[in-house]
Amino acid sequence: MTRNRYTATAIGLHWLIALVLIGLFGVGLYMTGLKLSPQKLQIYSWHKWAGVTVFLLVLARIAWRIGHPPPPDPAGMPRWQVVAAHGVHHLLYLLMIAIPLSGWLMSSAKGFQTVWFGVLPLPDLLDKNKELGDLLQAVHKFLNYSLAGLVLAHAGAALKHHLIDRDDVLARMLPISRFLDKNR
Amino acid sequence: MIRRLILSTSVSALALGGMPAQAVEYGTLQAAKSSVALTSKQMGVAVDGHFKKFNATISFDPAKPTAASARIDLDLNSVDAGSPDANDEVVGKPWFNVKVFPTASFVSSSVKALGGDRYEAIGKLNIKGKSQDAVLPFTVKQDGSSATFAGSFTVKRLDFAIGEGAWSDVGTVANEVQVKFNLVAAKK
Ligand code: HEM
Ligand code: HEM
Repeated sequence: MTRNRYTATAIGLHWLIALVLIGLFGVGLYMTGLKLSPQKLQIYSWHKWAGVTVFLLVLARIAWRIGHPPPPDPAGMPRWQVVAAHGVHHLLYLLMIAIPLSGWLMSSAKGFQTVWFGVLPLPDLLDKNKELGDLLQAVHKFLNYSLAGLVLAHAGAALKHHLIDRDDVLARMLPISRFLDKNR
Repeated sequence: MIRRLILSTSVSALALGGMPAQAVEYGTLQAAKSSVALTSKQMGVAVDGHFKKFNATISFDPAKPTAASARIDLDLNSVDAGSPDANDEVVGKPWFNVKVFPTASFVSSSVKALGGDRYEAIGKLNIKGKSQDAVLPFTVKQDGSSATFAGSFTVKRLDFAIGEGAWSDVGTVANEVQVKFNLVAAKK
């Protein structure tokens, strides 16, 4: 059976992860500017814990995706758009993996182990090393800005599909699509 | 010059009873091999740091360990608390307040032998204008021409008002701070 919607699991994970990522992005920008305080240490820890949580959710999402291919692209979508859309989706998956990894490695290199929710210690794969820590911080930042740029393009494309092309691309990724889904 | 170990024969050891023929005393701190490290816990995560400058005056005669004495001075300005941010913070008024209290010290009043190479130095810990009784367990390992005095103990930072105001919340930075020392001295 070819469905023309994403599965409920795919939709749930897409929006849950999107929300947490956007939140983490904002928190990341905010917290780095704070003066050192107990609150800053707490926010950093929460940022790291939530980031590791996203990483696990993304792994689950990718596993689910392998078993559940997305619905086919709308008929008549120009070839370049198909390539661009799929390319961006792959890059988004890549960044959703690379960003938490860079955060984890950065923390190790800076001498602050990541202990998930204060309970589960993640191994330090790198020894403390200031230069490497600063480099990984720049990498984490760069990857995050890349993600932000791609997400803007991605969301813009979704809205364009909905408002200009008037196809079902946005609707099939929305949890409540009865009113939006034109093919139903 | 700061990492110097002055090993003076304790006057009492000389005056009373004299020394057995095989008695060996240790002196001259081997700075490169010595260390004073600290481990704090932030949000449940151990963060390592150390002191770059310290001074130790130890008198230890293996034949008369109970007559030993020790004094350790830490230059609090030389602390590496684990990150540049923390280093800027920890010398400030709510923490060490190094402008007023530049050094912390331990001064022994007696030494107890616990058997084998294990000992205990009993004395006072002086930090930030406050003085508290402290017991420092340590081991002595003699290795040819030198000896290593190593041990660790826990300081409750709030006993010394280290981390005042908002920082006194021990849920963020734990009250217990582990201090680990490893002092290597050459035979005198
Ligand atoms: C997966 C989602 C994540 C997102 C969207 C995210 C986003 C961000 C952003 C936007 C910043 C600010 C960058 C800057 O301006 O310097 C930041 C900083 C930071 N992130 Fe993440 N991050 C994520 C995951 C993680 C993880 C998993 C860790 C560690 C285990 C981590 C550790 C850090 C640290 C330590 C900083 C502060 C670096 C500094 O002190 O400047 N992040 N993050
Ligand atoms: C952090 C934010 C986001 C990330 C990381 C993200 C990531 C992704 C990924 C990887 C896919 C591909 C799913 C697959 O085929 O396996 C996807 C699909 C989709 N996303 Fe997002 N997304 C984000 C935010 C948004 C936003 C804000 C919108 C809407 C305005 C949106 C709308 C869609 C739509 C409509 C699809 C389905 C595309 C299709 O049917 O081919 N996404 N998203």
